[in-house]
Amino acid sequence: MHPAPSVIVFTTLSGLGFGLLFWLGFGLPDVSGWVAFVFFAIAFGLAVGGLLASTFHLGHPERAIKAFSQWRSSWLSREGVAAVGALVTMGIYAAALIFLDVKLAPLGWIGALLSLATVYATSMIYAQLKTVPRWKTSLTPALLVSISLAGGALLAGQVTFAMILLPIAAVIQVIWWVRGDGALSESGTDMASATGLGNIGQVRAFEPPHTGTNYLLREFAFQVGRKHSMKLRAIALGLGFILPLLLLFVPFGHVLAFLAILLHLIGIAASRWLFFAEAEHVVGLYYGKR
Amino acid sequence: MTTLPETTNRKLGLVIDLDTCVGCHACVISCKGWNTENYGAPLSDQNAYDGAASGTFLNRVHSYEVQPLATSEMPHPAAQLIHFPKSCLHCEDAPCVTVCPTGASYKRVEDGIVLVNETDCIGCGLCAWACPYGARELDAAEGVMKKCTLCVDRIYNENLPEVDRVPACVRTCPAGARHFGDFADPESNVSKLSAERGGMSLMPEQETKPVNRYLPPRPKDQMDQPEQIDILAPFLEPIVEEPKGFLGWLDKALEKI
Ligand code: SF4
Ligand code: SF4
Ligand code: SF4
Repeated sequence: MHPAPSVIVFTTLSGLGFGLLFWLGFGLPDVSGWVAFVFFAIAFGLAVGGLLASTFHLGHPERAIKAFSQWRSSWLSREGVAAVGALVTMGIYAAALIFLDVKLAPLGWIGALLSLATVYATSMIYAQLKTVPRWKTSLTPALLVSISLAGGALLAGQVTFAMILLPIAAVIQVIWWVRGDGALSESGTDMASATGLGNIGQVRAFEPPHTGTNYLLREFAFQVGRKHSMKLRAIALGLGFILPLLLLFVPFGHVLAFLAILLHLIGIAASRWLFFAEAEHVVGLYYGKR
Repeated sequence: MTTLPETTNRKLGLVIDLDTCVGCHACVISCKGWNTENYGAPLSDQNAYDGAASGTFLNRVHSYEVQPLATSEMPHPAAQLIHFPKSCLHCEDAPCVTVCPTGASYKRVEDGIVLVNETDCIGCGLCAWACPYGARELDAAEGVMKKCTLCVDRIYNENLPEVDRVPACVRTCPAGARHFGDFADPESNVSKLSAERGGMSLMPEQETKPVNRYLPPRPKDQMDQPEQIDILAPFLEPIVEEPKGFLGWLDKALEKI
């Protein structure tokens, strides 16, 4: 799949933002007044910034409001509904906390769960697609949700939770990669089933249907070199999980905390780039591209 | 609403005959021609006159080379070249419809045609991600999703002569490789054709239940069989050695003169 920058920025930032909102909703850390303002500003900045970035790849962003209508069937629609629900709930909770110094705890819990639901819905947009065998697994929501919670804990200064969640997310990440590498061949979809010609013999793409490129090739036929991908996986694992974890063991200060979060963000962006770039869409088979 | 209908009254679709398709791309051109000036936004081209031409098409023809496995009777089997037209298969369990967040994509209850309501489409592209067959293309100029409409604006169009009330690709194909009809009716031309020739679904494991069927190519020449020198020989032998019946009588009568 084409690793579109807007989608990578969106899933990385909003995942972190909603992760932070999750912890803030449960009063971790228990902040109020100006400190609360800063925390919520960061969380909303990330979550909303990510959502806005995601509208850049739409052909008609001005009609985005229509995307809230099909929550009965569409995970993309559910994501939108959950995101707005989470932002509004947490917005009211935050305003009460910051300006009135009132803690509406149940509202915070609801907002936290809605934030989690948003990340889950995002992950299901990918995990539902049979056409991308690497994504079609319950490990995909596990991965995106654990990264969001771990990153959120890191950002919320929840050292203990971060120390537990970072290794969990890292393990899921590695399992996800290993499973993903065999997913396409496991799926049973190949050139033989794509063309129905497999019972005659070995199928080879002889002539493409068009001399130039097209939407399908631009969007779906992206391929990453094996060496390249190994390097990026090492970067994602090292910066996203291992280094931030090690930094947590050093006596924690603001500078180190900032460093840990920055490294984490870069690592997760690398992981997210791979998430798209390595994902094989079965339509590539029609072009003999897999 | 992007939930799928339980059933549709009719199941309109195409039979594509891989045996007779000659790979001329006439259906590609007639499809683009009809659909760029009728239903919905035109099918745009980008850089049409320089080296990097690209454009939106609803129907494309791939070509595959299939190499049969060698056996002891057939040590060097000849490869077959198969042309492979591909457009939307109007799946019964269309994943492109259920993923759509806006309700722009839908499957019609009356005839099963899968369509995009372009005024609702936000151009998110998710439906194209969900389609295993590459049947949807986002138009680069209009920013909306384009796909085969089964020529919905021809098949019911009473302004056209009756002979033209079939999809443009079907009407155009010089080899008669594309057939249009109702798969819900077991007596229809497409149902019968598909039953006779073992019509197949593409990527059945994706569980999209395509309506369109592909007819597998018939076995091709056996030139590599050692004992057979002229492949036409069996067909050139006289079928009737001795005339029978009236002709036989005439033959004998004439013989006597
Ligand atoms: S072929 Fe693709 S676009 Fe057409 S109905 Fe099936 S999944 Fe949808
Ligand atoms: S591109 Fe249009 S039709 Fe396709 S899923 Fe998005 S809104 Fe629906
Ligand atoms: S039915 Fe119409 S829209 Fe579909 S491939 Fe044929 S010509 Fe194109």
